[in-house]
Amino acid sequence: MTDTPALVKLQGISKSFPGVVALEDVDFILNKGEIHALMGENGAGKSTLIKILTGVEHPDSGTIELDGKLVQVRSPQHSQELGISTVYQEVNLCTNVSVAENIMLGHEPHRFGSIDWRKMNEMAHMAINRLSLDIDVTQPLGSFSVAIQQMVAISRALEGLSSQVLILDEPTSSLDMHETNLLFDVMRKLKSEGIGIIFITHFLDQVYQVADRITVLRNGKLVGTYKAATLARVELVAKMLGRNLTDLNAISKVKTQEEEKKEKELLVAAKDLGLKGSLEPMDLELYAHEILGIAGLLGSGRTEMADLIFGIDSPDNGTIVVCGEIMKRHSPLESLKRGIALCPEDRKAEGIVGDLTVRENIILALQASYGWFKFLSKQRQTEIAEKYIKLLGIVTPSSDQLVKNLSGGNQQKVILARWLATNPRVLILDEPTRGIDVGAKAEIQKLVVELAEEGKSCVFISSEMEEVLRISDRIAVLRDHKKVAEYSCGVDDKTLIHTMAGEL
Amino acid sequence: MRQKSFLGRFRESQLFWPLVAWVIILIFNAFVDPSFFKIGIMPDPVYGNHLYGNLIDVFNNGAPLILVAIGMTMVIATGGIDLSVGAVIAISAAMGAVLINPALGNKLISNEILTKDATNTPLAIIILADLAAGTLCGLWNGFLVSRVRIQPMVATLILMVAGRGIAQLITNGQIMTIYYTPYFWFGNGYILGLPVSIYIVAVVLLLGWLLVRKTPIGLFIESVGINAKATYYSGINEQNVKLLAYAFCGFCGAIAGLILSSYVHSADGNNNGLYYELDAILSVVIGGTLMTGGRFSMLASAIGAVVIWTFTVTIYSLGVPANALLAAKAVLVLVVILLYSDYSRRLINRLFERRRGIRHDTAIPRDTAS
Repeated sequence: MTDTPALVKLQGISKSFPGVVALEDVDFILNKGEIHALMGENGAGKSTLIKILTGVEHPDSGTIELDGKLVQVRSPQHSQELGISTVYQEVNLCTNVSVAENIMLGHEPHRFGSIDWRKMNEMAHMAINRLSLDIDVTQPLGSFSVAIQQMVAISRALEGLSSQVLILDEPTSSLDMHETNLLFDVMRKLKSEGIGIIFITHFLDQVYQVADRITVLRNGKLVGTYKAATLARVELVAKMLGRNLTDLNAISKVKTQEEEKKEKELLVAAKDLGLKGSLEPMDLELYAHEILGIAGLLGSGRTEMADLIFGIDSPDNGTIVVCGEIMKRHSPLESLKRGIALCPEDRKAEGIVGDLTVRENIILALQASYGWFKFLSKQRQTEIAEKYIKLLGIVTPSSDQLVKNLSGGNQQKVILARWLATNPRVLILDEPTRGIDVGAKAEIQKLVVELAEEGKSCVFISSEMEEVLRISDRIAVLRDHKKVAEYSCGVDDKTLIHTMAGEL
Repeated sequence: MRQKSFLGRFRESQLFWPLVAWVIILIFNAFVDPSFFKIGIMPDPVYGNHLYGNLIDVFNNGAPLILVAIGMTMVIATGGIDLSVGAVIAISAAMGAVLINPALGNKLISNEILTKDATNTPLAIIILADLAAGTLCGLWNGFLVSRVRIQPMVATLILMVAGRGIAQLITNGQIMTIYYTPYFWFGNGYILGLPVSIYIVAVVLLLGWLLVRKTPIGLFIESVGINAKATYYSGINEQNVKLLAYAFCGFCGAIAGLILSSYVHSADGNNNGLYYELDAILSVVIGGTLMTGGRFSMLASAIGAVVIWTFTVTIYSLGVPANALLAAKAVLVLVVILLYSDYSRRLINRLFERRRGIRHDTAIPRDTAS
């Protein structure tokens, strides 16, 4: 260990909420110029630890030292004054004002009592340059990609305050590969400047790419802190889950010869399907008993394609034929009636209805298909909800719990349950495993495979190529809002990457 | 797990806070003016003997507001707002008045007509026309909000302003006096000693309850109010849900206009139902339905309207001049908003928890003994 005091030293932190112990006697040390990954499943206590460090929550016991000095973090603002900055998973900036305004918000330079715009833009530009980024800071933030917005959030966190500690909470969950690498470059640069970074993510690859040390939490307890270089990946996962990971590997589908021979029933055939500015005309066929993986970078048109097939948007070109019948009107309700379901990409905005209960969320689509007057009795609703809570292993105290109180993975399962309850023939899953922990991820992958075996047609859209490769029977690749290739399951990841990147 | 006591469940229900507010006003009256609670029997040759007293007045005079508050609840639950209900009341009243008068146009103010049941239009047609006019207004609002996608406040502002003009067009710019005995029954009649308007409110509440709790519509409305996009993604026609809510609100406004014009025997495009939209919104707020939409309770809003009227009658019976009423109401608004703020709720909840905690302790030995 070094002689200089650690940047952050947490000792014996405990915190309990009514009914649950969120943290129990946890130690955590962050050194200068270190990227320290904080790992654990949902509910392991990562968020609580961060909240304590940022002053949102106060520990029941334990001490916090910054630079060797004992401190009490009173509030988020106080934590910023102490030099701790946080960038959260969801970018919480104003998309309708300029990049410069976002970065400088709260410490705008003044001249003659009004904002000195020129100086502000200059300062913002410098701040952005620090991250090796060169963009027009006078443009509204919303005109940039999510990745750039994320960078802006980071430079905002660093700006004005003498930040020593930067906390990145799931910063990469909405970034594609290239953007993630960009972010990592920035992180390494900041690290070389002596800033300590706490990095929270669900992506194992990324942890090994940038992290120096890894701290694992499980069920509110410290499992241990390890050097990234000496901790094998399998070991890490095992420590996070507290069990061996044979089932993770066992998911990949083993096809029997019989299955191969079976004539597959064509459920959905899209011909020349397209919408100007959203998706270039393409053909797509979905068969029963099959998982179609969709690979493509963020913004390649994956979500647009899903929205078109499900009827969120109406195509201006081509047709969709569902079970031999042409779709004349396009709306979610029409699709629902024909047995097509979509678990949307943006869980919070398009998926869950937060202030409704788990039960109501689960029966929502089923009730929609029944129409306005055939009412599912409360008893029937509870039966259906209980069935899917059990089937999908949704962790909730009861079916009357508000869905917003559930963890991300469980919310995802609730949305999945909502659609399974309607017994769809085609299930489109847009990023179903984003932002959820390894265990839940594996469960959802397993479920998709099982559903396909039962005869459903699944469309699996994901940014994680590895999981697309593992569970898909066929893989369609999108690039620049266009379908560029389709592979059968034997394709290797190199070919896929090259196709996605357009270098083939 | 311990089953929550009836009191515990009641405290979490949406009805709890508006009832508390009402009880507080009643207790205030009990100390200041016990005669507030006096209820007597009034002999009445026309409608039979009936009850009278301040409390009866609260419900009788408050009926139009209660109705409008019920409709407003549904709109607010979808995340919208309807500023036009006052104007809808005026339109409905004007519609009734114009159909009752046998002679149209400027000739209509003549003594002969004003003192006789001289209408040529059957009562059923009058009522239907009233309700249709209001519902149509609601559909118009709903169309603007759900299809044209105008902000609810702006969309309904259009009818709020234009509606009074429409009402005046209907009555040819006159304050129309109504004389038609069967029509008076809605605002002045009694059944079993209680005002007819109370029964109308009860029926509308029942209909509303059936509509939202015995069909999926209530769930759809709440879902739209919480997250319209996710609701649409779930296959629910979010536009029609909104359309229905505004139409229902217009329908409620129409009934309110019917009762109000029947009560005052006239239709006045400028003043019928003036500021009712604001009182209705306040009722919904007192009833605990969030202005951002979501979970709602029509009954709680109805109690909210009762709170406002009880307060109004209290102020009057204290002898406060009518023109000071608005100032007094402002105080009520302030108190309600303070009482409903997160801070004071936490404070009050903590008081409850502490009391319950003590009870728990004393209950434990008994539990373990058995």
